[in-house]
Amino acid sequence: MSEQPGEFAHQPVLRVRNLVKTYPTAQGSTPVLRGIDLDVDEHQVVTLIGASGSGKSTLLRCVDLLEQVDDGQVWLDGQDITDPRVDADAVRRRIGVVFQAYNLFPHLSVLDNVTLAPRRVHGVPREQAEAQAMELLERIGLAARARAYPDQLSGGQAQRTAIVRALAVQPRLLLLDEVTSALDPELVGEVLALVREVAAGGMTIVMATHEMGFARSAADVVCFLEGGVLLEQGPPEQVLVDPQHERTRTFLRRVVEAGRL
Amino acid sequence: MSAPGTEVFGDARGGLLPAPSEVELGRRSYRRSRQRRSTWVALLSTLVFSTLLVVGTVSAPGWPRTQQSFLDPDVARRAFPLVLEGLWLNLRVLVVAAVCVLALGLAVALLRTVRGPVWAPVRFVMALYTDVFRGMPLIVLLYIIGFGVPGLRLQGVPTDKVVLGTTAIVLVYSAYVSEVFRAGIESVHPSQRAAARALGLTHRQTTRLVVLPQAVRNVTPPLLNDLVALQKDVGLISVLGAIDAVRQAQIVSANTGNFTPYIVAALLFVLLAVPTARLADWATARARRRQQAGSVL
Ligand SMILES: Nc1ncnc2c1ncn2[C@@H]1O[C@H](COP(=O)(O)OP(=O)(O)O)[C@@H](O)[C@H]1O
Ligand SMILES: [Mg+2]
Repeated sequence: MSEQPGEFAHQPVLRVRNLVKTYPTAQGSTPVLRGIDLDVDEHQVVTLIGASGSGKSTLLRCVDLLEQVDDGQVWLDGQDITDPRVDADAVRRRIGVVFQAYNLFPHLSVLDNVTLAPRRVHGVPREQAEAQAMELLERIGLAARARAYPDQLSGGQAQRTAIVRALAVQPRLLLLDEVTSALDPELVGEVLALVREVAAGGMTIVMATHEMGFARSAADVVCFLEGGVLLEQGPPEQVLVDPQHERTRTFLRRVVEAGRL
Repeated sequence: MSAPGTEVFGDARGGLLPAPSEVELGRRSYRRSRQRRSTWVALLSTLVFSTLLVVGTVSAPGWPRTQQSFLDPDVARRAFPLVLEGLWLNLRVLVVAAVCVLALGLAVALLRTVRGPVWAPVRFVMALYTDVFRGMPLIVLLYIIGFGVPGLRLQGVPTDKVVLGTTAIVLVYSAYVSEVFRAGIESVHPSQRAAARALGLTHRQTTRLVVLPQAVRNVTPPLLNDLVALQKDVGLISVLGAIDAVRQAQIVSANTGNFTPYIVAALLFVLLAVPTARLADWATARARRRQQAGSVL
């Protein structure tokens, strides 16, 4: 529909401009995102922080085309994916997503969960898909549980399986929405370690999280959202240590009081 | 964030949003044109399809003869008021039967789910009931009850054809509906029951205040579907001689030697079913919407 701005400069993997999303309510429509601008370069890890209800999940859902945006544009590798003419399924195939509640399919084994999309969507032959899946499961120490079903896994194992499942189709971009929020504290570490490893492997990641320690040590960019506005973004040592906005400071103070930093 | 525009659209939080951008307006007009196109395609394909159907039927070799005996306007005019009068009986039977089926079906479902060894015989009897009456053809049960019960010549037992016919329908449909309710009760996750018991609610309170409301919600679409089926099956009481719409059609048909009255009755039954069917669709769509909360998938 329209050209990406600044096309001859470097091309980010993900570019978001003036993204607006409203939800219909009894009193009209409530804006949940009010004009978000965001660039994510290749191999970058971007974390979204902000209070519950600030719009982090909605932003990720808009990027994955699970929601229809009300204004603004989103480009993936230079393609305007908010254009109604694009094939949303084809776009989603290039994006891996993991949600807070691990959405593993309960009727499929761990191995079948991981191989479902490679086999059915990308047409990879069974043996090859299973070999690749076993390799991934090996790396996260779950190869022995490949024949187990999701309800036989611990929360951490299930969430790591969900991440591996998202990676199995070799996405361009990985979206993680509070992947550790539903976990027991002692299980958070193993999941974050996996995310760290995936990031080190060069994956481009956008991650909504409450783990400030992780944001500080693993992120290239930290974005602070409040009330659907991206108030502040920058390297973690700036946003998390010396924030420019009073609101960001208040939020971080509350997080520190809650003992999450 | 972009500068506030002059125009704004609705915003419950009081914050102003700028008017939609050029790009967004383009997207909206594209979506509208797609919408229009699909409407036209739907219309056209309906037209082509129905034309083929009509042409195919009318050009059949036996058509003139069939038209005479099934679609005679004079006979239709004569049959209509009589059949409509019969339909009034069907409607009354339907309302009574629907209420009884809901009550009896729910009771059987609840009795099948009660726990504890003392209740074992009750559970057994209820299981037996559903097995027997779900398995029995409605028309056979209608004969058994409609002609068998009056044959007993018991004091105080009704011999009215309509009452007996309704009883048979209620017995069969309650068996079906109790299974629908039971599936609904069992579809409520056990953690809901645990959460209610943890709050100190008794088993009965838990069932009534937490489990049943969720169960009923889950099974509203299949229940409405059963109601559509019930709506037409009330026409079966005519086999006992009750003067309902079907019976009236039969009488007019016998007097005129023409099958048109049956077509009249059929159309009236279909018309009666349409609102319920739409209601069932609407309830199903609403249940689905509630589960995926605003997503485009
Ligand atoms: N389907 C929906 N319908 C209406 N409002 C919604 C819907 N989803 C989210 N919201 C609202 O949007 C706001 C942002 O939600 P969300 O993106 O989930 O925030 P976060 O992930 O940062 O906690 C919240 O105020 C929430 O109530
Ligand atoms: Mg969220």
